Amino acid sequence: MKPAAFDYIRADTADEAVAALAEYGDDARILAGGQSLMAILNMRLAQPKVLIDIHRTGDLSGIEARSDRLRVRAAVTQAGLERHPRIESLVPLLAQALPHIGHFQTRNRGTVCGSIAHADPGAELPLCLATLGGEVVLRSKNARRTMAAQDFFTGMLQTARTPEEMVEEVCFPLACDGEHHGFIEVSMRHGDFAVVALAAVAGADGIRLGVGGVADRAQVARWPRLRGAALDEALNQLAWDLGAQDDQHASAAYRRHLVRTLGRQLIDKMDAP
Amino acid sequence: MVNPPNPFASEAAPVPSTRWTGLPVERREDAALLTGTGRFADDLGVLPDTLHAAFVRSPHAHARVNGIDASAALASAGVRAVLTGEDVKRWGAPFVVGVKAPMQHWCLALDKVRYVGEPVALVVAENRYLAEDAADLVRVEYAPLPVTVDIEHAAANGAPLLHDAVGSNVISDRSFVYGDPDAAFAAAPHRVRLKVRYPRNSCTPIEGFVAVAEHLAGDDGYDVLSNFMGPFSLHAVMALALKVTSNKLRLRMPRDSGGSFGVKQAIFPYLVAICLASRKAGAPVKWVEDRLEHLVAATSATGRVSTIEAAVERDGRILALAYDQLDDVGGYLRAPEPATFYRMHGCLTGAYDVQHLRVRNRVVVTNKTPAGLVRGFGGPQVYFALERLINRIAVELNLDPVGVYLRNFVPRNAFPYRAPAGALIDSGDYQGALELASVEGGLADLRKRRDQARAEGRLYGIGFAAIVEPSISSMGYITTVMSREARAKAGPKSGAIATATVGVDPLGGVNVSVASVPQGQGHITVLTQVVADVFGLRPGDIAVDVELDTRKDAWSVASGNYSSRFAGAVAGAAHLAAIRLRAKLAVIAAAQFGCHEGDIVFENARVFPRSEPARAVAFTRMASGPHWAPALLPPGVEPGLRETAFWTPEVLAAPDEQDRINTSAAYGFVFDICGLEIDRATGKVRVDRYVTTHDAGTLLNPALADGQIRGGFAQGLGAALMEQFAYAPDGAFLSGTFADYLVPTAMDVPEPVIVHMQTPSPFTPLGAKGLGEGNNMSTPACIANAIADALGPAVDPESIVLPMTPSKILALIGMPDPPPAGRARSDTPRRPGSGQALVMSGAVELVASPEAVFAVLLDPAALASVIPGCHELKAVGENRYAAELTLGIGLVKARYAAEVALSEIDPPRSLRLAGRGIGSLGAIEGSGKVKLVPAGSFTRLEYEYEVAVSGKIAAVGGRMLEGAARVILDQLFERLGRRALRRKEGGPGERAGFWQRLLRVLRMTR
Repeated sequence: MKPAAFDYIRADTADEAVAALAEYGDDARILAGGQSLMAILNMRLAQPKVLIDIHRTGDLSGIEARSDRLRVRAAVTQAGLERHPRIESLVPLLAQALPHIGHFQTRNRGTVCGSIAHADPGAELPLCLATLGGEVVLRSKNARRTMAAQDFFTGMLQTARTPEEMVEEVCFPLACDGEHHGFIEVSMRHGDFAVVALAAVAGADGIRLGVGGVADRAQVARWPRLRGAALDEALNQLAWDLGAQDDQHASAAYRRHLVRTLGRQLIDKMDAP
Repeated sequence: MVNPPNPFASEAAPVPSTRWTGLPVERREDAALLTGTGRFADDLGVLPDTLHAAFVRSPHAHARVNGIDASAALASAGVRAVLTGEDVKRWGAPFVVGVKAPMQHWCLALDKVRYVGEPVALVVAENRYLAEDAADLVRVEYAPLPVTVDIEHAAANGAPLLHDAVGSNVISDRSFVYGDPDAAFAAAPHRVRLKVRYPRNSCTPIEGFVAVAEHLAGDDGYDVLSNFMGPFSLHAVMALALKVTSNKLRLRMPRDSGGSFGVKQAIFPYLVAICLASRKAGAPVKWVEDRLEHLVAATSATGRVSTIEAAVERDGRILALAYDQLDDVGGYLRAPEPATFYRMHGCLTGAYDVQHLRVRNRVVVTNKTPAGLVRGFGGPQVYFALERLINRIAVELNLDPVGVYLRNFVPRNAFPYRAPAGALIDSGDYQGALELASVEGGLADLRKRRDQARAEGRLYGIGFAAIVEPSISSMGYITTVMSREARAKAGPKSGAIATATVGVDPLGGVNVSVASVPQGQGHITVLTQVVADVFGLRPGDIAVDVELDTRKDAWSVASGNYSSRFAGAVAGAAHLAAIRLRAKLAVIAAAQFGCHEGDIVFENARVFPRSEPARAVAFTRMASGPHWAPALLPPGVEPGLRETAFWTPEVLAAPDEQDRINTSAAYGFVFDICGLEIDRATGKVRVDRYVTTHDAGTLLNPALADGQIRGGFAQGLGAALMEQFAYAPDGAFLSGTFADYLVPTAMDVPEPVIVHMQTPSPFTPLGAKGLGEGNNMSTPACIANAIADALGPAVDPESIVLPMTPSKILALIGMPDPPPAGRARSDTPRRPGSGQALVMSGAVELVASPEAVFAVLLDPAALASVIPGCHELKAVGENRYAAELTLGIGLVKARYAAEVALSEIDPPRSLRLAGRGIGSLGAIEGSGKVKLVPAGSFTRLEYEYEVAVSGKIAAVGGRMLEGAARVILDQLFERLGRRALRRKEGGPGERAGFWQRLLRVLRMTR
């Protein structure tokens, strides 16, 4: 469990980071908090030639609420977001989900953008971003583009990021008046990746229910405000559409069951605030 | 140090009234540990030219090894040597083991590998990084063989054989009869029978194995520093495997350990490998096991299938017991196995007064990591069967479980009690312990809570477990596996000697050393208490050395830290050595005071004649004198103030003619009560209250005792609810990280209610017994009984299979899984826990004719462009190719040297496309039938694939394996379709909009 040799570049600015990405492309990886990357390197599941450390970049830190979005820059840790004084009112879903991410020790190192870029199907932050319908800001040496979460996540550990790009910022939509949010997760132990995680946003136009831990990426259903049998039917349809799989911890049937029962629980709770 | 009065002090302790022993004295070890100045094996300095080792391990569960090419590794930077089976054969010998069978186990695989993770070669380089770089370059040619991972499958006729020369996977099959079980079963009004399985699990210490070995010049043998913990009978096993006399294998053990729980016993084959690596490299070699290596290949508790049956009276009284046990020892029977069976043999009747017993023990090899010592050793397996059976007796006869216990316990006036298989159970009061547990643990309140919960429709259960906890093993118990005739030939064995040395230095300081090798339990603390009491000193006056050096210290075959032998045996030996030294000092002091030696008092760091306390002199002055003025020694007193005590329990003997064996010197008792609730929505278990009552004889330090109980309880809870080494049916190991091998964290472990009683052992010097393993034995069964109680009598008792994960529990509660509206149920049910036997089938529609698709598959250049990550495809035969592939998802990528083959070719209708590859991340194999069905302008491609993934990637990536395999199959067919279209149209098939749509069609269904 020692990584293969790599070169280490410490970027002091975002410009330096993307310049290095432009030079090394797919041979390079951004190192932010390292909570997934270092384990992957130590097990030699990946052997990038260059690591570009953005941990100490001055211009990639910061959380800002601006034009309907909470913008979280690339070097912001999960603990940094969790401790944001207005997180509960700005993006209540995040306030509910963040304590489920690993443990406080890992949240102190792990970054928000890093989790989004890694795109683990069982991770909480991609689920929240997809459910809220947020965006990812991708930056390369010469360009910057903003991409909707649903286009950004393309599969298990796969995103639309090109090798020259880094996730510079993620944008979580700010909560609107009258919106309700709910998050519920079942994992084997506290802090584990979700067996099933559900995130929901209910507003005037209907409900968005995001499911993590089941399909190859977070999947979001958009429904009008369903109730009773119609809701159960929709949940059952969703449970099957996710293509749940067995693993050593939980059966596919168990995952479907949780989608149905916890989905119902979550939505009922939001209906009766 | 503040010492509150000891609430647990026993009036009946056989030692003189003491001041420190029995008090919850603070741990002396912690100042160093908490300030980062511990002395762990990896922290100790090594010689400047020390090299570092990395193992090359098998990705296959079962394969022939046809060759090893280390040339690329040897050419790699910083590499000094590569050790292979050839070297091991030249310099070493296979390990000896307690069962005579033509089965060879070497420290590196020779002709065959038998489990995933088995060491095949060892690279020695200037640092660990370079060694791992080179380990990835060692090319091993494997020919995979059929695999057997299930115990019963492996034991059955026709299973793939692990050791051909044995002719069976059942390495030992012994039956025992005590009393007249047949008559008892024939006469009994009830027979209660249960088949249970105990999973493979472990206790996973935070520190893995560490070894530093040096091959000494000339024929001086080997010097080894390691965190080996015994039993030191294995020293002989290692010396024989190294082909040196035992005095040429020096083992040194450091002071501190990052835990063992028995597990570090399994370092011994690695010590032999590192010794031989040092010999080959001509320099000292160091190896520090990493977490992945530890989980994959260090050791495991045996998995067990037990069929247990009781002959029972109407009132629940058990007349006879019958066990039929199959133990899964993994790929090799490794010393001291099959000790998991035989450690418990004498006390298989548990806490119950049952005189008729039948036992059949079968030792079975499977394609899994070899088994060995894991805290509780043998107890969890036996008590899971026995205590689940007690639960079933209560349920089937409609009796209160408490009544069943009280009716069957060994009576309190029957101790020492001879159990039918030979255990001489030294002391106890089982009825008293149950009553204490019920009162202190609030059983009546738990029952009320259960009633209330059930009235509200909630799932609440109460479970019990009663276990006899053996401590201080007889090394001779393992010979019970031999026939009487074989035992007679080999000579009677009953090794159990404990050693301790107490000396006084020239300023009167007291020094203690023991052959114990503590693993974090606080031996130093307890020894200072015990020895301080003998000399009338304070614990802080006593220096304790727990490092061990087989060249310098007193040790024997039973030395080491296992079978809960410290409190009963080792602390007792230290007490005896101190008593002996005190007696000598008393003779010296009596001469000086002019009184009888029996009148000398050692108290408050002073020595004086009982009748004349005013003449007291400081202990240090009295005790240092003999160093400075030996001429003043009284006549007949030899110079030197150092005593070594060798203590062996008189009650231990070799197995007798009737196969009776007193397996341990002392037997503690644990009675547990658990109240728990199951969440109907998620199947999660919440332990409401856990009461654990221990009688471990005299407690030497109740605070340390409670620490042991909490730790054992956490591990027992883990075994009950989460922990398991999972294997796929093809033998791939799936629990290579702590994300998949789930150990409960502080968040998951409730605080147990700990209740003590003390019935001193008449057979140990201090009246103490072991207590560190009890909850590993009792808690899995107790929680399982509570879960069974919560789920109710309708649930099949044999479906209570550990670990009881939420998914399993919910399946037992029953979860409706209605098919989606308008669709038949489409998934094929799989055996739960079957893990990564990936079978994928589905269909995709390709915009090309079957002929065009077929043409791509048969054209090597086109095929190369279709196979994902294919760098090179060289024909090596008709429709057979050698390929270099890079497969992966996201940033995770692995390079494989692969073979691709087309067969069953029926153009343009169907063929089989198969491939297998091997690389540093493991082995993959996939084979699938592909059918092409014309469908208008499309071709419908139907496939049915089986994919097997093994080695590192399976061990650490289980959660994503199936998804990743789908991604890769997806890529394969998507590229096939695109290529066929391009061929047909003679132009680039880059019609993005159309392809976007097609990709959506390509969604796989199972």
